Amino acid sequence: MTDQQAGEDAAARAVRPGRLGSPERTAQGLREVGYLPDQHIASVVYLGEQLAKPVLIEGPAGTGKTELAKSVALMSGMRLIRLQCYEGLDEAKALYEWNYRKQLLRIQVSQAAPAAGPQPPDEAASWSDVESDIFSEEFLLSRPLLAAIRSPEPVVLLIDEVDRLDVETEALLLEVLSDYQVSIPELGTVTATQTPLVFLTSNNSRDLSEALKRRCLYLYLDYPSAEREQEIVRSRVPGIGERLAEQVTGLVRSLRAMDLKKRPSVSETLDLASTLFLLGEEEVTPQLAVGTLHVLLKYQSDIEKAAAELTAKR
Amino acid sequence: MAGRATLAAFIAELRTVGLPVSVSENVDAMAAVLAMPIADRAALKSALAATLVKSADHYHAFEVVFDLFFGDSRVGISDLTDPAAGTAAANGQAAAANGAGRTGIVAGLSDSDLDDLLFRAVLAGDQVLIRAVMAEAVSRYAEVEPGRPVAGVYYLYRTLRRLDMDRLLARLLASDNPADLSDMDRALAAERRRGQVAGIRTEAEAEIRRRLVADRGAAAVARTLRVSLPEDVDFLNASAEQLAAIRQAVQLLGRKLAARLVRKRRHHSRSALDFRRTIRQSLANGGVPADLVFRKPHPSKPEIMLIADVSSSVAAFAAFTLQLADAFSSEFSRVRSFAFTDGIEEITDDLSSAPDIAAAVRRISSRPGVVRLDGHSDYGMVLESFWERWGPQIRTKTSVIILGDGRSNYHASRSEVLRSIRQRARHLYWLNPEPANTWDTGDSIISEYGKYCDEVVECRNLRQLKEFVEALD
Repeated sequence: MTDQQAGEDAAARAVRPGRLGSPERTAQGLREVGYLPDQHIASVVYLGEQLAKPVLIEGPAGTGKTELAKSVALMSGMRLIRLQCYEGLDEAKALYEWNYRKQLLRIQVSQAAPAAGPQPPDEAASWSDVESDIFSEEFLLSRPLLAAIRSPEPVVLLIDEVDRLDVETEALLLEVLSDYQVSIPELGTVTATQTPLVFLTSNNSRDLSEALKRRCLYLYLDYPSAEREQEIVRSRVPGIGERLAEQVTGLVRSLRAMDLKKRPSVSETLDLASTLFLLGEEEVTPQLAVGTLHVLLKYQSDIEKAAAELTAKR
Repeated sequence: MAGRATLAAFIAELRTVGLPVSVSENVDAMAAVLAMPIADRAALKSALAATLVKSADHYHAFEVVFDLFFGDSRVGISDLTDPAAGTAAANGQAAAANGAGRTGIVAGLSDSDLDDLLFRAVLAGDQVLIRAVMAEAVSRYAEVEPGRPVAGVYYLYRTLRRLDMDRLLARLLASDNPADLSDMDRALAAERRRGQVAGIRTEAEAEIRRRLVADRGAAAVARTLRVSLPEDVDFLNASAEQLAAIRQAVQLLGRKLAARLVRKRRHHSRSALDFRRTIRQSLANGGVPADLVFRKPHPSKPEIMLIADVSSSVAAFAAFTLQLADAFSSEFSRVRSFAFTDGIEEITDDLSSAPDIAAAVRRISSRPGVVRLDGHSDYGMVLESFWERWGPQIRTKTSVIILGDGRSNYHASRSEVLRSIRQRARHLYWLNPEPANTWDTGDSIISEYGKYCDEVVECRNLRQLKEFVEALD
């Protein structure tokens, strides 16, 4: 890269005095609110803010996808607006809806008012008045996406489990995600004054469309490394012994290496850790491990398989 | 930070590997790299991964290519002497035992001392020292020949053979086996040690790649190395790790396809008008058809019979297909599976009770009913006995799918049996895991069978398998 190019780049980038500061400060902030990110997670969150791009978070269930978005909101003091996706979610529930009851009232009022008034009603004029009146912002019900766009202060928008949307509905999101605007036919285009921080989570139950993926930064949240998981256990189960934490994460890791229907996630590690902690155990024995497998595994066939494997190791 | 040219070459290589990198993603990558305030390798990798890789399956391929193009900014050998000496001194043993000075601590060691140092480094979990030792080991044992266009597999083999990973693992396991440890601890420790030894292998691999890149340049090495994405890996030539990756992908794929099929069904739930019942209903309203009555949706749930060649040459392919069929068996009214080599047996019940299909298939492939004489596939024989035993159970709703390479070891083909099967069944498909250009070479008589099939489908990798299953009805 030549110097001139570098200069241009520096001018073009004009590193925005972002709300998150730098990847390190992001990581630090997340730590303070109890979410332990690794370098990659912090970098992607930071980039999402810096490039004003949504972050698509994928990964197995229970690895902290939703938690990450919540923690970002918490650390930056922004309001969290959440859109929970499900099959059959439509425009009226995701974007906006006209408050037709209020519109009806408005019409009735305008019909009643001229009769009381002294001057004769000018039909055409009053109708156009009413029409432009009932399709104004006053009669608009904001749903999560529009609420995030219209919010005067910066917000965090969490679109949860986006893979549950129908393929057709997914397209609804595209305008919001790429331009941070919503077009309302009767009203025109509402553009965001403050770019919201957008997080989308997906459990990978189907492939998302290329168009959606292209507009997002991608973050794959896998099971954490052994050290990070131990750290998570220690911070979420205060008072737990060093040795117990190490053994619990070790046990969970060895279970994840098996070919199971549903592998234990971080939240299940935490469940096991707090269970054992509450029981007052100080170390995990194979008998104890087999006895508490139902905390970690959710299928009978998985439990049997893991139990067989754990006892075989002795 | 990465120059534009390197970045462009990097993205070109990603595209060649098969990652779908669009122009806008390319632009985003550049913006992301510039937006990172610090310029280290980890930051660069995060920025590129977030903008260029949009599927978890592709991450491994990305990592390999990334290491080729941006690997040289990792700690090189020359930087290592200091920290290595530092940590070794901290350990107090290695440095004292060998009396080595600050420089050349690793290079000056004898072969057995190098083994020893590696052992201690792993024991202490000292990544920097491990890297230094592996760098030295590669210099000594790999005998890298400059300029040779190879992927380095043999270099890796030579290095690891001399370091003797098995012995290292045994030593590590022996070292943390004092009596005071509980069984659980021991099992977990063993697991961890195995992970560490695997880490050494990765480290050696990375080191060799660094040498290759230094020798021939990233683009050239990428050409010889060229990793495939899991969905493009050939079933028949997959390595153990690739098979594991495919197995995972198949599981996910099964779930996705099932979800898609359910959605498709639901969308088409509005079926044709039931004219007779509409008229009947209209009589109540004086002949006005106020309520339209539609026919009940009648999803066609075909019955599937999978006949899989499980002889050693194509067993892996059969296992994946059976696994996939199992994963969304709820979408068919019934899936029956049969396994054969030179004998045939129904294995539906074995599979439904087995937690791990691939293991079950391996077990089945040596069972007496499946192996009649020598375990080399004999298609003619097998087709005939299938027709005799299960032919009457083929119904008009049944689709028969045969999985195999059509290599019958010069036995009689008996393709006329296939014609009878075709006449009874709704569909007859043949999935062949061999590349189409090798069909009908040697003992392959696939086109003779193909005459009677609805279609013979080349099914070499997950992508093709997925396409076939999606089109199935």
